[in-house]
Amino acid sequence: MSEVPLLVVDHLAKRYRERPAVRGVGFTLWPGEVLALVGESGSGKTTLLNMIAGRVAPNAGSVRFRVESGDIVDLVALSEAERRMLVRREIGFVHQNPRDGLRLSVSAGANIGEPLMAAGARHYGSIRHTAALWLERVEMDPRRLDDLPTSFSGGMQQRLQIARALVTEPRLVLMDEPTGGLDVSVQAKLLDLLRRLVGDLGISVVLVTHDLGVARLLAHRLLVMQQGEVVESGVTDQVLDDPQHPYTQLLVSSVLAA
Amino acid sequence: MTVATAGYNFAYLDEQTKRMIRRAILKAVAVPGYQVPFAGREMPLPYGWGTGGIQVTASIIGSEDRLKVIDQGADDTTNAVSIRRFFAKTAGVATTTRTSEATIIQTRHRIPETPLAAGQIMVFQVPIPEPLRWLEPRETETRRMHAQADYGSMYVKLYEDIARMGRIAAAYDYPVMVAGRYLMRPSPIPRFDNPKLDRSPALLLFGAGREKRIYALPPHTPVKSLDFEDHPFAIERWTERCQRCGSGESFLDEIVVDDRGTRRFVCSDTDHCDARLANGSAP
Repeated sequence: MSEVPLLVVDHLAKRYRERPAVRGVGFTLWPGEVLALVGESGSGKTTLLNMIAGRVAPNAGSVRFRVESGDIVDLVALSEAERRMLVRREIGFVHQNPRDGLRLSVSAGANIGEPLMAAGARHYGSIRHTAALWLERVEMDPRRLDDLPTSFSGGMQQRLQIARALVTEPRLVLMDEPTGGLDVSVQAKLLDLLRRLVGDLGISVVLVTHDLGVARLLAHRLLVMQQGEVVESGVTDQVLDDPQHPYTQLLVSSVLAA
Repeated sequence: MTVATAGYNFAYLDEQTKRMIRRAILKAVAVPGYQVPFAGREMPLPYGWGTGGIQVTASIIGSEDRLKVIDQGADDTTNAVSIRRFFAKTAGVATTTRTSEATIIQTRHRIPETPLAAGQIMVFQVPIPEPLRWLEPRETETRRMHAQADYGSMYVKLYEDIARMGRIAAAYDYPVMVAGRYLMRPSPIPRFDNPKLDRSPALLLFGAGREKRIYALPPHTPVKSLDFEDHPFAIERWTERCQRCGSGESFLDEIVVDDRGTRRFVCSDTDHCDARLANGSAP
């Protein structure tokens, strides 16, 4: 891992009316690192992720991101147009529900090609070629390039969404419960795929999950959130095997043994 | 010049309304391709029949103008005849069917084959002004996309056409980039007419009555039809020629003439066809 962090989140806070959702959270993400945000529903994980993605405007704090050129920019301070450009180029987003991240009325190829076209690709043949390549990389049959996402199973839709998020080779990928809503065997295959892709491409990931098993498999580091605050953080195995905070202890002990 | 019907203001609309619409037109001319909202009025014809175009024409027409109205290329279809008569009655202006003699041409579906000249104004009747509507139903979001020139997703539609049909299938209302900045819907003109928009010496005004939007192409504005490097934009071609005037260059209408499927191809632009016949052209 290099010496300079990719992402530094500092004192980030968000209130929805009077109710605080995230209360001054900070963390550092290093290149190639996978960081999991865990915690129960309503703990502020998704709000935090959305603030990093520029989808939700924070009330306070900063999100400093090191762009490809090496400059460090505060995503919160950028204008909307600049932020959209930067996020599109360098940050991928994987939604829990593939229907939120895909265009269901156009083919798989168009879905994977859209981020390329948004980034300025104007050669049909090469867009199509790249899309087919990515379909293979997410272990799908490239002959389904012209099929509609609605004809795919839930697991395949999620693979397609991952291909769409990764096709522009972003340096940071944000994932919101990427394996939620899938059955256990499909989930296992998808986790395998994610682990391999993240390793191959060396991308950094911020992963939101409530599933400690997913966190253990994918994440290098863990932030445990409760009521909008980070209550514990550390190396994944250490936090899960020897939880210090009572809430983390509760989380770990409430995992059902198979 | 005929005399305007008494009891109506010149060209039907009141002067304040015309002033308001002219302000919108000025703004549209200043920002080519940008959709300017305006307070559209109720007109004595239904939405979809040219309420937007008729309001634009009413706001810019003067007593010295000579008006031509075309519908599907023809001067003698119901919509064209009615709108022409509407302005003859309410403004008392002269009308014509000759493209070269008109100072204002209101149109639906076509740009005349006869090249437009400096000083002429074309008014387009627009059903849906928003080119991004098919991919984004929210107006707030499409306005944001325009503001940020966020047009990459428009290519998704072109990609999908080629993937399914081997070519870009849009035959009319083919999206264009205006002066490298705004994405624009050129109203339901055939793809065939898109090249005529590019650097046209005439002023082109677009009015959408239902959606209450006006946009414009000032003279000599560069207009580029969207395409891919390996699937360049191309206009339609016919193997047939016009069976009235023999033209092999104009946009042809295919007309079924009996119940045994016999077809006849004729120029869609009736003025162009008649002028060629008068000059002795034959099939």
